[in-house]
Amino acid sequence: MALRGRLQDFTFVQILNLVNLAHKTGCLIVEKPGQKARVFFREGKLVYAIFGNEPVELARILNKARILSDNQARVVIQHGNEFSDKALGLMLINSGLVSREVILSNLQIHYLEIIRQLFTWIEGYFEFENDTLPPADRINIRLDLENIILEGSRQMREWETLKDEIPSLEMALKFTETPREKLRKINLTVEEWRVISYVNPRNTMRQIAGANRMNELEFRRIALGLLQAGLVEIVRPGKLPAEGAPRVITPVKKEEKRSLVQRLIDRIRTL
Amino acid sequence: MQTVKMVVTGPFNSGKTEFIQSVSEIDVVSTDRRISSIGERSIKEITTVAMDFGRITVDDDLVLYLFGTPGQKRFDFMWEILSEGMLGFVVMVDSTRPETFREARFILETFRAYAPTPYVVAANKQDQDEVWDSIDIRHALRLDPKVKLLPCVATSKESVKQVLLELLYSILAEMENNKN
Repeated sequence: MALRGRLQDFTFVQILNLVNLAHKTGCLIVEKPGQKARVFFREGKLVYAIFGNEPVELARILNKARILSDNQARVVIQHGNEFSDKALGLMLINSGLVSREVILSNLQIHYLEIIRQLFTWIEGYFEFENDTLPPADRINIRLDLENIILEGSRQMREWETLKDEIPSLEMALKFTETPREKLRKINLTVEEWRVISYVNPRNTMRQIAGANRMNELEFRRIALGLLQAGLVEIVRPGKLPAEGAPRVITPVKKEEKRSLVQRLIDRIRTL
Repeated sequence: MQTVKMVVTGPFNSGKTEFIQSVSEIDVVSTDRRISSIGERSIKEITTVAMDFGRITVDDDLVLYLFGTPGQKRFDFMWEILSEGMLGFVVMVDSTRPETFREARFILETFRAYAPTPYVVAANKQDQDEVWDSIDIRHALRLDPKVKLLPCVATSKESVKQVLLELLYSILAEMENNKN
């Protein structure tokens, strides 16, 4: 059955949670314009992850971790077609250069880096292909998702806070009454200055984000910082709908209600 | 004559009107209008702006009314009015449109706040391609394991009957629990 949708509606963390709870096996494909990632799971555990279509060779991962020297890595990569990651891993273990545990822990670090990047994908599409497994020549790990979900949840909480503080990017920013004085005392980053330069009640926040090529998360972080510093304020459109107060239901005698429900059941059965 | 009511709620185009139509003994008194928003019109041409209204006569003394809420959020001022005095409610979810799950969750929580009556969730359109599995929908809606999530086809009378019966069983069960 199809398990697909938009990340705007169903976050990456929620998908991981679903995979974990349902002990799913398969491949999660996550896409946003110009980028694609595939994350593989076996019985709800992370086994493999890849950005794009070309996997990062084991040699490069071990080189990045300074386990293989540049020369060693170059030689291995030059002979890349001759042996798979699994074959290379076995060779390295047999030659005593590296232990199995070291290989697995470095792969784990690499896959987690991919996952962490996916946490920042707020917009895009996902699809879960049931029972699709990683290529046979790739080394799999077996990592519980709970800690990853916790980390992702913390990031999502930040996102939720940002959304609470800045409910809609369709609103505009304007300077508070004395921004110049405050600006003198504050050291702004380049990114913050880029946002500041577009602050004008005529520009929506989405337009400012677009002009600065920032995604929603990046923009909201900066905008919240500026808001908290008291430099800008949001121009809120309209008034928010009033919250509905709970109402008391007309009490009905219990015995009477039970009889009534039973009559309803009998009637609906005969429809 | 005693009357009781149940509410059928859920996001836009989740199948509330069809659900009521399938079991109502009268033609559903519907307040559908052509959709003015272009984005929404691409999903369906007509929507419910105030409420749907169906009836099932139980016997000489008892009538069940089914009220369908308007799916579009800008008519949510109607929800509280409709929830007043309800026996229970059904939350309809379109199993083919995960983008509506978050709204379904919001509607569910809002109705629970209005009246803590029993409810069930009906995973509608199970006869279509590309539907989400019930277990996935349960996780997506963060439903308590005790809450019934029922596969449903709103255009099928038998399917709708089953959902209503499960809701009534839940109401009975809650009454028993409260007694203990």
